[in-house]
Amino acid sequence: MSTGTNPGNVRRGSALALFTATVRREFLLSFRRKSDLANPLIFFVMVATLFPLGVSPEPDFLAQLAPGVIWVAALLATLLSMDALFRSDYEDGSLEQLLLSPQPLFVLVLAKVAAHWCMTGLALTLMAPLLALMLFLPADGMAGLLLSLLLGTPTLSLVGAIGAALTVGLKKGGVLISLLVLPLYIPVLIFGTGAVQAAVTGLPLAGYLALLGALLALALVLAPVAIAAALRISISS
Amino acid sequence: MSFNSFSEFLAMGGHGLYVWLSYGLGVGVIAANLILPRLSRNRLLAEQKRRLRREENA
Amino acid sequence: MAEKKWLPRWFFQLASPRWCYQITGRLLPGLLLLTLLLLAVGTVWSLLFAPADYQQGNSFRIIYLHVPSAIVAQSAYLLMALAGAIGLIWRIKVADMVLKSTAPIGASMALLALVTGAIWGKPTWGSWWVWDARLTSMLILLFLYLGVMALNSAIENESTAARAAAILALVGVVNIPIIKYSVEWWNTLHQPATFKLTEKPAMPAEMWLPLLVMVIAFYGFFVVSLMQRLRNEILWRERRTGWVRELLNKQ
Repeated sequence: MSTGTNPGNVRRGSALALFTATVRREFLLSFRRKSDLANPLIFFVMVATLFPLGVSPEPDFLAQLAPGVIWVAALLATLLSMDALFRSDYEDGSLEQLLLSPQPLFVLVLAKVAAHWCMTGLALTLMAPLLALMLFLPADGMAGLLLSLLLGTPTLSLVGAIGAALTVGLKKGGVLISLLVLPLYIPVLIFGTGAVQAAVTGLPLAGYLALLGALLALALVLAPVAIAAALRISISS
Repeated sequence: MSFNSFSEFLAMGGHGLYVWLSYGLGVGVIAANLILPRLSRNRLLAEQKRRLRREENA
Repeated sequence: MAEKKWLPRWFFQLASPRWCYQITGRLLPGLLLLTLLLLAVGTVWSLLFAPADYQQGNSFRIIYLHVPSAIVAQSAYLLMALAGAIGLIWRIKVADMVLKSTAPIGASMALLALVTGAIWGKPTWGSWWVWDARLTSMLILLFLYLGVMALNSAIENESTAARAAAILALVGVVNIPIIKYSVEWWNTLHQPATFKLTEKPAMPAEMWLPLLVMVIAFYGFFVVSLMQRLRNEILWRERRTGWVRELLNKQ
């Protein structure tokens, strides 16, 4: 059973130390399976490829679709990667250990989601310019795309983690997570694409980014509570 | 009365299909939600009685 | 279970499945009769006596189904979330059972609201579906309901399932205003401000009175249906207790 750095053994009790140790552990564990890291990114690009193939490769047409398609692709890629968030820890028993430890679960959970976001949401955001190119997003839209994804994908990770925590005890949790979480993703999608559309048409972005920021703030405060409660419930059975 | 004859009532001023489709569905959904639990209850009671008899005879 | 002085005695009495079963048993026949009566009166009034709308003609009568089902679908979700919260905080089994029983009824009301809304759209706006803000929000509400139902049935252990579903319902309830706001906003961006499908402007009494009757009738229906499902759930979960055995023997 490989657990990397054991956060339960952190000597200094500070929340920040716990946070950093957990994040480091997550990175260590994930980088042992580099191929798994690439999957959401490959999926992201593939979904964006499906639209020109399935609908039309016309630049004007794709340019109109681009904001929405890139956002939906990012959303789906994040969703797909959520199941793995707690699963390997659940399967080898370390999740139970984490729950039993005296460390504040809020911090642990936040750290896990933060690490996960770095490897998915952030990575997707960095890849987004590639898709913008493939889908002929006007250059004006790029800033809006990157900023909206930067602010939106952490919320997607946080809310998705709630779904992952609720279904971690189930064998086939994957599709169920999507069913549970997609309705909750819709506001982020609406404001995210709104931001990109505004950028494309030259309108001010600040309002959309503020809304996305507000959603993120809400998620940062409330989601870890729900995730912790859901983990306790899933483990208790 | 909003209608002067039964055929007028059925026609609903040309919107008959929509109105009757909606009301039909409404009746259907309400009836289903009232009847299905009733049927479940009967099935449940029957099953549990059988189980009880089995356990007493065992 | 902590004894809280500010909670009335009946709150904890309700926690007993047996007491719940008995009291719903006594209330059910009367409520069912009242509901059926209200539904009959309301339907006849809506179809025969209420005036047709000057702009929309007789398809306006669909409002007498669409609005009550939409209202009940939304209230039911609140009740479901409340039951979930009570079940989580006080570990009351009956609250878990209320959550489980409410979900399918709420979902079918949301579905009815959606379908009647869509049907209403055809003569009004010319197509069977429109991405109207209210309809889209109702669709998302339906998805939220389906999620709760799916989670409840996916987890085998009943109390674990109930608690997980409660968390999901609570997360959903926090999201509902956010979803509504974002969909409203999205809709204003993508559609011209046409006549809103479910707008309730200053309606004359001949129009809103039957609506009120139908809303009350639908609430009554909801309570009756909930009680029925709750009783089934109680019987199932408590099937091994003495009082259920007595009940079965008496049947």
